[in-house]
Amino acid sequence: MKLKDILVLPECRVLSQGNPEREISRIFCCDLLSIAMGKAPSDGVWVTVMGNRNTLAVASLTDTACIVLAEGVALDEDTLSKAAEEGIAVLSTEQPAFDIALKIYQAGLS
Amino acid sequence: MSEQLTFTYTIDGNDFTRAGEASSSVKNKLKMLGVGSDAIRKVAIAMYEGEINMVIHADGGVITVSVSDNDITMVLADKGPGIPDISKAMQEGYSTAREEVRSLGFGAGMGLPNMKRFTDEMHIDTELGKGTTITMKVHL
Ligand SMILES: Nc1ncnc2c1ncn2[C@@H]1O[C@H](COP(=O)(O)OP(=O)(O)OP(=O)(O)O)[C@@H](O)[C@H]1O
Ligand SMILES: [Mg+2]
Repeated sequence: MKLKDILVLPECRVLSQGNPEREISRIFCCDLLSIAMGKAPSDGVWVTVMGNRNTLAVASLTDTACIVLAEGVALDEDTLSKAAEEGIAVLSTEQPAFDIALKIYQAGLS
Repeated sequence: MSEQLTFTYTIDGNDFTRAGEASSSVKNKLKMLGVGSDAIRKVAIAMYEGEINMVIHADGGVITVSVSDNDITMVLADKGPGIPDISKAMQEGYSTAREEVRSLGFGAGMGLPNMKRFTDEMHIDTELGKGTTITMKVHL
């Protein structure tokens, strides 16, 4: 699955695009930052309801490809432009974490 | 033997928005130096956890990172309250994080265990009321 397969999902709003051709490794759900720090896979999609500057720091240090903010969680402009600068995709959705993770998983299968 | 490179960072206490910048900077520098991606990931994770602990628990401090041919050494020194019981603090799930930092996603009690897991050597030197110095090494 490539990042572009996720960017087109109708459930998600793209806040930062990243590199659409980037190959995605896995999908990972977690809201506690130090657990995510230890377990988020490189080149992964990270689904979380924790939207702040530290979310981006963890994503950046673990080489996460894409942050998906579930439950309508937002990220401030400053952090979004930093994400864009670092080439990390950020998506936002009204859906709960499991539902959107499942849709992304299914998008990768088709 | 080639020269040893050293980077020093002063970490501001209680500035959550900037916490992580030192770790990012080290990550980028190691990338430019051509250090392998596994070692970079270990250093980035361990240093970030230590950096954020300094901000949350110790009102900032100083981080020194040195790179030699054989390893990367991180020394994180703070003048915070010290750690009363190291073996308790090292347990997964143990945290004294305040409610306001928990609401930011911290407080899983996994920071120190991550630092241990992602480094090859780790030593904690702490004195109550004086501060804590954590030394970590990642072998290359
Ligand atoms: N530099 C420090 N100075 C004083 N106490 C510390 C320091 N670092 C860690 N501690 C103590 O050790 C505990 C465990 O630290 P650890 O990093 O594992 O978890 P945490 O910071 O509470 O939560 P998490 O890292 O999962 O977000 C802390 O809650 C704190 O009581
Ligand atoms: Mg911690």
